[in-house]
Amino acid sequence: MKKLLMGNEAIALGALRAGVSIVTGYPGTPSTEILETIAREAKVSGSRASRAYIEWSVNEKAALELAAGAACSGARVLVTMKQVGLNVASDPLMSLNYLGVSGGMVVAVADDPGPISSQTEQDTRRFGLYAKIPVFDPSTPEEAYLMIADAYNWSERYGRPVILRPTTRVCHSYASVEILPDLPQKPPAGFDKAEGRWVIFPNLSYRSHIKIEEGLVKMGEGFSAYFGNQLIGDKAPAEEGDDPVQAPTLGIATGGVSYAYAMEFLDPLPPQAKLLKVGTFPFPASLALKFLNGLDEVLVVEELDPVIEDELVRLCGINQLKITIRGKRSGDMPNAGENALASVGEKIESFLKRKIWVNISDLDKEELPETTLSASGLSPAFASLSEVPPAALAAAAAAAAVASGPPPPEAPPLPVRPPVLCAGCPHRGSFFAVKEAVRKYAKGRKAVFSGDIGCYTLGNAQPLDMVDTCLCMGAGITMAQGINRAEALKGNSDSLNFAFIGDSTFFHTGIPGIVNAVYNKADIIIVVLDNFTTAMTGNQPHPGMGRNVLGADAEKISIPAVISALGVKAIEKVNPFDIKTADLAVKSLIEKSGVRAIVFEGPCIAVSKSVSPCIVDTAKCTGCQSCIKKLGCPAISIQPVSAGAKLKALIDPVLCTGCGICKEICAFGAIGGAAL
Amino acid sequence: MIFNCLITGVGGQGTVLVSRLIGDAAIAKGLDVRGSETIGMAQRGGSVVSHIRIGENIHSPLIPTGKANIIIAFEPAEAVRVIHFLAPGGRMIVLDRGVMPVSSSLGKTPYKPAEMISYLKAEFSRPKEDQVAQAGDEDRLIIISGDELVKKCGDPKVLNTALLGIALEKKFFPFSAADMLDVLKKRTPAKYLEINMKALGLGRS
Repeated sequence: MKKLLMGNEAIALGALRAGVSIVTGYPGTPSTEILETIAREAKVSGSRASRAYIEWSVNEKAALELAAGAACSGARVLVTMKQVGLNVASDPLMSLNYLGVSGGMVVAVADDPGPISSQTEQDTRRFGLYAKIPVFDPSTPEEAYLMIADAYNWSERYGRPVILRPTTRVCHSYASVEILPDLPQKPPAGFDKAEGRWVIFPNLSYRSHIKIEEGLVKMGEGFSAYFGNQLIGDKAPAEEGDDPVQAPTLGIATGGVSYAYAMEFLDPLPPQAKLLKVGTFPFPASLALKFLNGLDEVLVVEELDPVIEDELVRLCGINQLKITIRGKRSGDMPNAGENALASVGEKIESFLKRKIWVNISDLDKEELPETTLSASGLSPAFASLSEVPPAALAAAAAAAAVASGPPPPEAPPLPVRPPVLCAGCPHRGSFFAVKEAVRKYAKGRKAVFSGDIGCYTLGNAQPLDMVDTCLCMGAGITMAQGINRAEALKGNSDSLNFAFIGDSTFFHTGIPGIVNAVYNKADIIIVVLDNFTTAMTGNQPHPGMGRNVLGADAEKISIPAVISALGVKAIEKVNPFDIKTADLAVKSLIEKSGVRAIVFEGPCIAVSKSVSPCIVDTAKCTGCQSCIKKLGCPAISIQPVSAGAKLKALIDPVLCTGCGICKEICAFGAIGGAAL
Repeated sequence: MIFNCLITGVGGQGTVLVSRLIGDAAIAKGLDVRGSETIGMAQRGGSVVSHIRIGENIHSPLIPTGKANIIIAFEPAEAVRVIHFLAPGGRMIVLDRGVMPVSSSLGKTPYKPAEMISYLKAEFSRPKEDQVAQAGDEDRLIIISGDELVKKCGDPKVLNTALLGIALEKKFFPFSAADMLDVLKKRTPAKYLEINMKALGLGRS
């Protein structure tokens, strides 16, 4: 039976099919839906998922450590995170590889070429090589569904954690996936003390290291026969008496979604080329050697780091093969960003053409085998292309224009759409309150606004312009301390340092930074933007919300109480939609020194009900535009009331939640219609 | 035979739901589906695009340039942004209601949705050598008035389903509105089902 599944759903169902019984993680785009899917399946009574233990952990390190305990007790475990989450979890993961596991552990780490929703373009395949942990790299949802079950088997065979590393275009693509019957599930054996087997000491690490290296060699050998790695178009050499078959001299090596893009152009594969698909690390060297055999040139199509490329270069070096490897290192492929379908097509086309049609004009076309040329001068692979490369399109369009009348009309300039805080977002009120209070009550003082990771990073956009730094989760609070120390050394004892942090981020890695600030007598204002949810990743619960991943009641941890327990004396708690009270609260903290905190409590629009939208009274609106210029709310636009009339503010009733902040700040009382 | 459908709009307009409904309807018909969504930061008011590809032996989750049989655009500028995906003879349905980005409202880059609509009309009426005129050609660009549609379906939050209903009625898809209704019933929470069913039925009026 086939089911339409997003890549992340396929990973989740694949893990359940493989008998996973403990699932932990921390939300992060593009990985979030893996754990969410398992939590959703858990609601089906009697299902495997309903018997599993599932949690959103406080951060990736906690998630991995909990799973490590379970895996040391023989359970099959899954830990989910995004690539920067792996940075947080890397400490336990690096050591756990030395300790080993008895139950299978798959760490699903989603990479984000682009990057589309991330701070970095780091490559988890490279992390796997560094950590000496095998990596499975699926190219489609279907493959991810099958691969994760294999990943558990490899993990248990070698007694080590393994990484499954999809990228955004696998996580968030979807396909009709054949759902297979569940595989047998063993209950965990339980924890066995085993004479210190689970205690990492230098001696154990040394002995483990030897085993790890041996295991990697064996895995690499095994992976050459694994379905995730494929050699396509490898022809046996012609026997005497046969028609001479042209042996391929060109190779394309690829993996992940780039393989899917490449196949869009290489199905069927032209006779001059072979294709190597790499879906695992350790690198399947013997399969790759078969691929390299007889080739002159290879084009490597991959995203992020030149991992496949480096492995091929190394193989050529070891085996003294004179083959040109073209990729990122040679400048043939871009070093940053994600691969686009069209650009992959162009690169492949020029790579194949340069060799296949060299000096084509000098040749008598009659002598060429029919299969190598088509009317367009392209190989059959390109004649049957589902995509004409843009260069060809432009040429065709130009030719068509000449042939058929008027040139295409110039497209009007397209509006840019950077992501913004939603209409009705409580953070808008919080940022506005701090901004205004600084303007009014901190004249002449230098104010720096350190931000953090979450929706509120979008507070950096105009007109709010309230995020001066953003590094990684939890860093806002600590960076603010560093900036303040540096300013003091410069002789500025009046530096005003704000650190904005969201509620989920506060629990994730915010708390140690506050301990640091109190202990070292820092001078910062911590601004917690509590919108009662983990918003940016799609509204997952966190420890401050009083419910867990399955929607059951949980202990509700109070953020102001935590801050107070950490020794912060000056703490304010306000409603961000109540601008006047917020203004006075920020003022009182500006006037104090030391570590102070303000907690803005207002729900995300995704977890609260809208009231009736605000309406502009056009008779009262003077068109001063201060509402849009101060708040930058996407529900407000400036439009003429009728054609040619004066510009006035207009509120889109579809977007407006009736939060009323604009109503508060309109000097002319022109906005009404919603109550606070 | 591969059928490619592109859905575009602004984050928050409900493009993801529509693309899932189309995917489910195709699967219910026994067809294979592959596609891709924009999920993440762009969902906060950025441009979002869903690719849906129906047929056999499809490799890429993204539609190649110039190969989209149909485009459903929830916003005029977003329609123009993806027009290079449209295949010769392909069809497009566009909601005429502009979503004003904050950057434009701040006066940095003026944006006039009507200009986008004019451009689309000009593009579709321009004779192209590679375009074979076909039956129903006059219907290749369908512009829908957002204001009228809101009046009809009574809730601006189901404009996405309403637009899908119109596309089904115009025979954009390899399946019918009745097929879609079954899928909608399975995928929609009970409290939103009635209003969505009403919106889906609007294509007939």
